[in-house]
Amino acid sequence: MTATGIGAAVPRKEDKRFITGAGHYTDDMNRPGQAYAYFVRSPYAHAWVKGIDARSALAVDGVLSVLTGENLAADSIGGLPAGWAITSKDGSPMVTPPHPCLAQGKVRYVGDPVAVVIAETQKAARDGGDALSVDYEILDAVTETGQAQTASVRVHDEAPRNTAFEWEIGDKAATDAAFAAAKHVTTIDIVNNRLVPNAIEPRAALGEFDPGTDSFTLYTTSQNPHVARLVMSAFLNIAPEHKLRVIAPDVGGGFGSKIYVYPEETVCVWASRKVGRPVKWTAERSESFLSDAHGRDHITHAELALDERGKFLGFRVKTVANLGGYASLFATGVPTYLYATLLSGQYDIPAIHAEVDAVYTNTTPVDAYRGAGRPEATFVIERIVEVAAREMGVDPATLRKRNFVKKFPHQTPVIMLYDAGDYGASLAKAMELIDYKGFAKRRRKSAKNGKLRGIGFSTYIEACGIAPSQAVGSLGAGVGLWESAEVRVNPTGNVEVLTGSHSHGQGHETTFAQLVSDRLGIPIDQVEIVHGDTDKVQFGMGTYGSRSGAVGMSAIDRALDKVIDKAKKVASHLMEADPGDIEFKEGSFTVAGTDKSMAWAEVSLNAYTAHGISTAELEPGLKEGAFYDPTNFTFPAGCHICEVEIDEDTGVTEIVDYVAVDDFGTVINPMIVEGQVHGGVAQGVGQALIENAVYDESGQLVSGSYMDYGMPRADDLPSFRLGFTMTECPSNPLGIKGCGEAGAIAAPAAVINAITDALGHEDISMPATPQKVWQAVRSHRFAEAAE
Amino acid sequence: MPTVAMTVNAKSVSGEVETRTLLVEFVRDQLRLTGTHVGCDTSQCGACVVHVDGRAVKSCTMLAVQCDGASVTTIEGLAANGELHPMQAAFREHHGLQCGFCTPGMIMSAVDIVNRLGVPSEETIREELEGNICRCTGYHNIVKAIGAGARVMNGGT
Repeated sequence: MTATGIGAAVPRKEDKRFITGAGHYTDDMNRPGQAYAYFVRSPYAHAWVKGIDARSALAVDGVLSVLTGENLAADSIGGLPAGWAITSKDGSPMVTPPHPCLAQGKVRYVGDPVAVVIAETQKAARDGGDALSVDYEILDAVTETGQAQTASVRVHDEAPRNTAFEWEIGDKAATDAAFAAAKHVTTIDIVNNRLVPNAIEPRAALGEFDPGTDSFTLYTTSQNPHVARLVMSAFLNIAPEHKLRVIAPDVGGGFGSKIYVYPEETVCVWASRKVGRPVKWTAERSESFLSDAHGRDHITHAELALDERGKFLGFRVKTVANLGGYASLFATGVPTYLYATLLSGQYDIPAIHAEVDAVYTNTTPVDAYRGAGRPEATFVIERIVEVAAREMGVDPATLRKRNFVKKFPHQTPVIMLYDAGDYGASLAKAMELIDYKGFAKRRRKSAKNGKLRGIGFSTYIEACGIAPSQAVGSLGAGVGLWESAEVRVNPTGNVEVLTGSHSHGQGHETTFAQLVSDRLGIPIDQVEIVHGDTDKVQFGMGTYGSRSGAVGMSAIDRALDKVIDKAKKVASHLMEADPGDIEFKEGSFTVAGTDKSMAWAEVSLNAYTAHGISTAELEPGLKEGAFYDPTNFTFPAGCHICEVEIDEDTGVTEIVDYVAVDDFGTVINPMIVEGQVHGGVAQGVGQALIENAVYDESGQLVSGSYMDYGMPRADDLPSFRLGFTMTECPSNPLGIKGCGEAGAIAAPAAVINAITDALGHEDISMPATPQKVWQAVRSHRFAEAAE
Repeated sequence: MPTVAMTVNAKSVSGEVETRTLLVEFVRDQLRLTGTHVGCDTSQCGACVVHVDGRAVKSCTMLAVQCDGASVTTIEGLAANGELHPMQAAFREHHGLQCGFCTPGMIMSAVDIVNRLGVPSEETIREELEGNICRCTGYHNIVKAIGAGARVMNGGT
C-alpha cells in the first residue's frame, strides 16, 4: 500500500473547494441573458385542469412567456418514461399511463406541474406564477397505499383498481408445502413509512440553446447525466443525443432522488429554445418536498414457517407498494427486483413466495431512495426473525446463527446467487463490540433509573452494483448497467480519468485517484477525476445502488490494465527489450534480469514524442478506455445492533449505543467508507424514529417543510461505533462490494427491534415518535392491568 | 430601488436592491459569492449562515437593506492570507463533509459556536447545531471536526 493507495485514509481532494465556498453547484451557474422559470403546481391532489388563462401572468412586469402542456404536445415533446418493465403474474404488461412534463388534462398530486412562467428575474417569474389563473375541477383523491385498490377514485383511467401490476416471485407450491410442515408460524403486518429524500441541495436546472449549432446544454443536479441525456433524447424528443450536452457539476447529495429525469429540467431545455434565452430554475425547498421522488411506502403482510428447532422452512410475503401519481423512471423495479429478491436475507430459506402489487395514488411519485427496496426487504425479514425468536423463546442472535447461509456460492429461491460472505463473523464482532453479554446488567441499571432498555439486531444483506447488464435486462431493466472509464496519460505523466460514475458526496475524486495512485505509483495530486459532463465522458450509467466502487472503479481498473500494457510496450521499444521482460512496479519500468529502468514520466513523455518507438508497430500516445460489466451483483452484508433507552414518562427514545459491523469487501478509503455508514445509519434512524411523509385525506402533504418533516438533527443522533469484517467480492477485479446504502438498509430494523425489545411487545410502527411510544407503553400497561 | 452599502469579507460593496431582496440573494446574485447556499425556505437548514457584525445569521432571514453599514463575513472570507481557518482545516481533517452543500453554513455556525462557547462538549455541539441540517454525514464527523477546530481556535493543537 502506498501512502495514497488502496486502503489509505487520505483526506479528500475535493474538500478544498467545498470548505472555502468555491464549489460549483448548478444554482451557482449563470449564463449571459438568462431568464428564470417558475413552475405553477397543482394545489389539489386530483383535479381536471379546465382552463389556464395566462393574460394576468403575462401582464406582470418582466414575464416573457407562459408555457403549458398544450405547448409541449404541440412540439411533440413526449412524456416521462417508466424504465423498468414488470410483467404481472397473469402475463399482462404493467400499466404505465402517460406522464406529461406539464399537466395535460388532469393533475394527479399536489405539486404536479401545470404551467411554467418564464421571466427576466426569479421574482418576476414567481409573481407571474402567482398571477396565473388556472381553473380546476376538483376530484376526490386517494392517498393511502392500503386503500388504493378498493377506492372509488381512479387515478388513471388505464389502471383499474389503481393497480400498475400484480407481480410474484418464488415457488408458491413449495412455500405452501413448507407452511403445511411447520411447527411454528410467525406473522407480522408492517408499514414501511414514506420518506422524502431531502438532499440539502434543492434540484436545479439551467438550459441553454445555441441556434448556431442547433444544440442544447443543460446544467442540472443529476446523479447520471448520460442517462438523463438518453431519456431526454430517446423518450422526450427534446434533442438528438449528439445535440444535447448534459453537465452535472458539483451536486449536493442525491440519495436516489437525482437519478430520475423530472419535468423541470426537461422544460428548461425545451423552453430555452422557445424563448431564445437560457432558462434557469432552482427548486424552493417546499417544491422539493412536493416534487422530488419520495421513497419507501410499502404495506406488508409476512409469514415465516419454522420447524421445532427454529429452522426456517418457508417465507411468504404480500406487499402493496405505492408508486404515487405516476410511475417514475426506476420506480417499478424498486418494489420488485430490488426488494423481493432480497427477502432471503442472510438466511438459508428453502422456499419463498412473494407477491407485490404496485398502486397509483394521488401522491408524489415514489422511486428509489437510498437502499431502494433493500431497506424494505431487510425491515420485513429482520422484524419477522426477531419476532419469531421472541415467540419461540430463542435468543435472537442464536436463531439468526442457526439459519445463516454458511456455504458460498448460495442460490436463494428468489434469483440471487450470494457469492461470498461470513455472516457469523460480522454478528460475532458486533456482539462483542456492543458487549451483548453485559446487556442484562445494563437493562437492570436502566430500570433502576426508570428507563426501559432494549437491544435490537439487524443482520442485513443487500445486492449492489445493480449489474450485470444481461441479468438486469432479463429482469426488465431498460438499460445496461455496466460502467465506462477512460484513462488519459498526459506527456508529463499526470493522469486524467474520465468516469461515467458521478460523485455527489461520495468522494470519487479521492478514492478513484487512490486506485490510480496504487496502480501507477504516482501521487494522487497527479490524478484528476473528470465526471458529470456528457461532452467529456463518452458514456456512463451514473451513481446509485452503491455501484461506483464495484462497477465504476472496476472499469477504471480495466482501463489502467490497458494503459500499463501499452506503457510496457513503449518502454520495451525505448529499452530495446522484449515486452514480456518489462516489469512495472511503483512507477518504474525495469527490464527483467538487467539494471535498465525508466520512470513513469519518462515513458509517458516518450509515448507522445514517439521518437524512440517504432510507430509502424506501436501507435504513439497513452490513452485507453474500458467498459466494464461485472459477473454478478455484489452482496455487502453485516450486522448492526442498536441499544435504546425509553423514558416511560415522555416516550422519548434515546439511542444509547449503535454498533455497525459491515463487510464491504475491499475498502479503498476507510475514512470515506465510515462516513458513508454514518450517513446511511442516520437516514435509517431518521426513518425509524422521526421521518414521515404524511398526506391528509384530501391529498395535501402535511409534512411539507423542515418545520413539519422530521429531518434528523445533530442532537437526534448518537455517535456511532463501527467495525468491519472482510470477505473479498469475487465478482469484480477489485473485490469491492459497495458501502453507500448499508446504513439506511440495516438501521430501521435494528432500531425498531430495540424499541420493541424495550417495550416488551411488537405493537409499534415507524416512525416511533415519542407520542407513539408513550401510547404504546400506556396501552399495554392498561391491558396488563385489565388482565 | 434602495442602495445598500456594506463591508463583505473586508471589502466595501454597494448595490441597488429591491426592498424584498434577502441578504443571501444580494450575496449570491449580486456579489456572485456563491459559497453561501440556500437549502430551504423556512430558516431551518442553515446552509446560508454568514456572520453579520461578528454574529452568525441565517442570511435567508435577513433583508439586504437591514445590513446597510454592516460588516459581513461569508465562507469565502474565512480563510486569511491563503491559510485555511482552523475550523475549515478541521472539517477536512475529520471528514466533516461529503456533498459539501451544507458545509459553508456548518463551518460559519461552528466558528460562531466556538467564539461564544470556547471548547464545547459533544453534547453542547450537538445542541448548538440544531439550526444546521446535514443529510450526508449523520453529523458524526461534523461533531468531531467542530470539537477539534474548537481546540485549535482556543490555542490547542
